[in-house]
Amino acid sequence: MTALKGVILIRTLKGRPISRGCGQGEALVTNESISFLGSVDPTTGIVVEEKHELKGQCVSGKVLVFPAGKGSTVGSYVMYQLKKNGTAPAAVINRSAEPIVVVGAIISGIPMVDSTEPDAINTIKTGDNVRVDGTRGVVDIL
Amino acid sequence: MYLTREEEALLDGEKGPTLQKAMELLTALGDIYGADSLVPIKSAQIAGVSYKTIGDAGLEWISDLKGKVVVPSILNPAGMDLERWREMGVNEDFAAKQTKIIEAYQRLGIRCECTCTPYHIDASLASFGDHLAWSESSAVSYANSVIGARTNREGGPSALAAALIGKTANYGYHLDENRVPVITVQVDCPLSGADYGALGYLVGAQVGSDVPMFKLQSRPTSIELKALGAAMAASGAVALYHVKGVTPESGLHEFPKETITIDRSQLDEVFGKDCKQTPDLAAVGCPHYSQEELEAAAELLDGMKVEKEVWIYTSRQVRDAAPDVVRRIEASGAKVFVDTCMVVSPATDRFGCVLTDSGKALKYIPGMCGVGAGLASIRDCLKGSDTD
Repeated sequence: MTALKGVILIRTLKGRPISRGCGQGEALVTNESISFLGSVDPTTGIVVEEKHELKGQCVSGKVLVFPAGKGSTVGSYVMYQLKKNGTAPAAVINRSAEPIVVVGAIISGIPMVDSTEPDAINTIKTGDNVRVDGTRGVVDIL
Repeated sequence: MYLTREEEALLDGEKGPTLQKAMELLTALGDIYGADSLVPIKSAQIAGVSYKTIGDAGLEWISDLKGKVVVPSILNPAGMDLERWREMGVNEDFAAKQTKIIEAYQRLGIRCECTCTPYHIDASLASFGDHLAWSESSAVSYANSVIGARTNREGGPSALAAALIGKTANYGYHLDENRVPVITVQVDCPLSGADYGALGYLVGAQVGSDVPMFKLQSRPTSIELKALGAAMAASGAVALYHVKGVTPESGLHEFPKETITIDRSQLDEVFGKDCKQTPDLAAVGCPHYSQEELEAAAELLDGMKVEKEVWIYTSRQVRDAAPDVVRRIEASGAKVFVDTCMVVSPATDRFGCVLTDSGKALKYIPGMCGVGAGLASIRDCLKGSDTD
């Protein structure tokens, strides 16, 4: 996409739609996989896993960008708890989706996209304002 | 993935949000695993029942669901005997939460028979060639391998989604090409009873999620196959195996070239993994005992007094069908518990070391209960003192 004078550049990443709906927020990007069970406090949305790159950061309202889920399948239910507590991410982008996060995002109604071109983790920076369309599989960096 | 017009309508929410979410789950998982379409299922078996494993997070989700399953659906074991939980030492708070989970599933039209062996209580749930959405790993292994039905290792929510829609995504073990063995396991000694649990414990760790074909000297019973498959599904992620000349699809395949060999000394080492202390609980019935296993236990316990806690797990149906057998067992001081097991119940956690005849329980008890575990034959598990 070409930047024109006076026009704000919007960078678009095309990916695979996983969970429907649109979400927008500040990006929180990590290169490390996330296990929702035991790693994210469902009441506060804060990452509590020792040694995790995001330890102490809050996922609430963010567009959470990470490679994939890991750990217990109960993690899907923890995502649902986050949503009910109002502490869920606004949207999720994975490099390569696996069932724990996919199931969690869908049952919780959190928009989700994976396999973006170009790669989301290398393209999106923490703090970017990002919009995720989980129905069409499109990510815009605003 | 190809969807019929009717399936598209469900995905677009024309039949309400519950079915829309269920379709979204099935199609998303189907896309990830490369399914071409959905396939109708005969039954569903749903994991994610014990409050010990799913906690408040799971309880909240299940309680919010609205809808009715459209195929026969049955639950995995809960965290306690739904009637005799006090005798197990389960506390009031846990029991209240567990009861809420069961009631929530019941509202969805699911049969609240909590067992890992649905095939022992209702043969109509799975026959040769049927497509299923089952989630308990040992039941998946039994259905695929011993019955010749077809199911992937579903998660709790995906099995429930399949139950609500009556279909699952057509990939993995639903397809012929993924049912072909890729590794031969040659066993150089005769086997019986708990040996099969030990064998599964070893082989699962070596083959991961591959499909093995066994070359055995002994001819295993279906009960022994149940123990073999359960252990392989716990130490590895084996969802399907063949035993040449025994399991229904074994005749379709040749032995793969890649071979691993297991001998007596390797099996003995598994039995040697003893507890660090004298076992204070013997727990058998993982997977849940069938009626014939319950009778065999009664025979061993006749005229005996057990010297430690002995808990035997089975399904409510099998227990209710054999009241005399249960009386004989309990006369020895042993107890027959139903709806639950030593792995998913918090009742196990207070013991120091558990003796079991199950390779699956041997694998899971240390991690899930924080308790030592040792493998022994059923005879050694139930050993007590003579009352005669």
